[in-house]
Amino acid sequence: LRSWLRADCQNDHKKVVERKKMKIIVAIKQVPERDAPVRIAANGKEVEERELQWAMNEPDAYALEEALQLKEKNGGEVVVLSVGPERVGSTIREALAKGADRAIQVVCDDLGPRDALGIAKLLAAAVKPENPDLVLTGLQSEDVGLGQTGVIVAELLGLPHATLILHVEKTDAGLTVKRELEEGWFQQIELPLPALLTMQSGGNKLRYATLMGIKRAKTKELKILAATELGAKSSPVVVLEQIALPKKQKSTQILGGSPKEAAAALVEKLKMEARVL
Amino acid sequence: MSGVLVVLEDRGGRIRNTSWEAIAAARKLGTSESLTAVVLGAETEAPAAEAAARNVGKVIRAEHPLLAQYTADGFAAALHQLIQEESPAHVVFPHTYQVRDYAPALAARFAQSLIGDVLAIEDGPVFTRQLMQGRLTGRYRHGGDGPCFVSVQAGAFRADALAAAQSASPATIETFTLTIDPAQIRTKPGEPFREAAQTVDLASAQRIVSVGRGIKEAANLPLIQELAAALGAELAASRPICDNGWLPMERQVGSSGQTVAPKLYLAIGISGAIQHLVGMKGSQCIVALNKDPDAPIFEVADYGIVGDLFEVVPALTEAAKAVKQ
Repeated sequence: LRSWLRADCQNDHKKVVERKKMKIIVAIKQVPERDAPVRIAANGKEVEERELQWAMNEPDAYALEEALQLKEKNGGEVVVLSVGPERVGSTIREALAKGADRAIQVVCDDLGPRDALGIAKLLAAAVKPENPDLVLTGLQSEDVGLGQTGVIVAELLGLPHATLILHVEKTDAGLTVKRELEEGWFQQIELPLPALLTMQSGGNKLRYATLMGIKRAKTKELKILAATELGAKSSPVVVLEQIALPKKQKSTQILGGSPKEAAAALVEKLKMEARVL
Repeated sequence: MSGVLVVLEDRGGRIRNTSWEAIAAARKLGTSESLTAVVLGAETEAPAAEAAARNVGKVIRAEHPLLAQYTADGFAAALHQLIQEESPAHVVFPHTYQVRDYAPALAARFAQSLIGDVLAIEDGPVFTRQLMQGRLTGRYRHGGDGPCFVSVQAGAFRADALAAAQSASPATIETFTLTIDPAQIRTKPGEPFREAAQTVDLASAQRIVSVGRGIKEAANLPLIQELAAALGAELAASRPICDNGWLPMERQVGSSGQTVAPKLYLAIGISGAIQHLVGMKGSQCIVALNKDPDAPIFEVADYGIVGDLFEVVPALTEAAKAVKQ
């Protein structure tokens, strides 16, 4: 009887573990590296891509980190998904090297003219057949910064969502998440699964890819889908007509010279002109 | 399809200033008579009365017990019904965290895409918003049929002009009947809370020295602390510094941290993404120190030094000490 009880107990435990296992899709975007000098392309509508260095959008890196930690705690699978031209492959490989199990790339050479709804349609079409328990993405991109792609994907897939999330806890009923509000306030939100969350930065510490991870990434599955196959039309409702350099809001006095000269000039100005010292 | 619907946001029954700014922005899209202000919640009498005095065509109360606490599902469902009924040409929101949470889904229900975080509206209408963390701006136009959804950046439109133009007689207030089923609301929000008692009150600081990614590592922070001490200033930071745990979250300035307006704000190694700028651009005198002459922080700075902070900061500390003596 005792051994039977123990086996039953173990089975129950197994069931709990099974219930907590999640298939998580993380949507990541490749963006120009933060300090890369940006130039406007000749058509005046895009950023000149030649000579740009690319990186994983930082909020998406936090989404990936959360997914990897959830998998480490509860088991399951992490699938990364990215839309973009061929160059996006390097960011996908980085995600695989950090520990994602497999990847999907929606190959799309005309990201520029698509609006948030257009991109979200592609992502939603790629997510749908996967039937994930959870979709994670960053709260916004560092290049276009629309901050709405994740929310629209949730809407298109009919999933409940929450934005600006710092922490995710798997519960028996679904998820409990910590959401950032403005001015240093937070709140907990409970959601059923499947769900979509957009992640804020700073909730976790980001990991680096290990040498072993980089090696393993080469053997992981990468599924390629063509944007044209996904049936999402690209005619945008919102059109980016022109990119320009920002207008200055103030006339700035730039203080030149050696560091010492500039520092002395500044302190003098702050004391005598601005009168703030 | 005509007129402009402005969705106002209140906190504790008082309309927030960013919502008045949204009305100021909406005036670029139509006359004051063409504006309809919307207040949502479980009890909207007080905010509706407040809105009616602000020179708008009319005020609509979208009231329902299920809107007592904000949820994306509840707010999107409510506004979906209201917009279908009112059929406005434009729907304008303040670009708050709450709006970012539901407005993109709402717009998608109308096969639309929100033009978010708008800085300026010109004839056309053409909507200007930032790109590449403020290094560039983009000019957008709405192309399709159906309402155009726009959210406006905090501080980009002046609400004070509006206050001066308060109407003599308040606008009419209508009530819109909503049908919301409890099953439509899938998330369960908890009460807002703060992490720990605030021990630093940056909002009342006279001088602030603020540090960003340019500092490279936590070990370099004493350099900045010495300068702050020499200037008699509080130490603050941009978000990445607090994300990394180098300084506590309570020292963060920006949309997710504190909003400050000191006499002197010295930004060191901060590029000036909008999330930071909204928290400090009301400062009396802004000084920027950055190695990148194109960093957006220089757009709001009164004084700037383009250079290596590791050379300039020690020199500044010396100069500040000398002047204080």
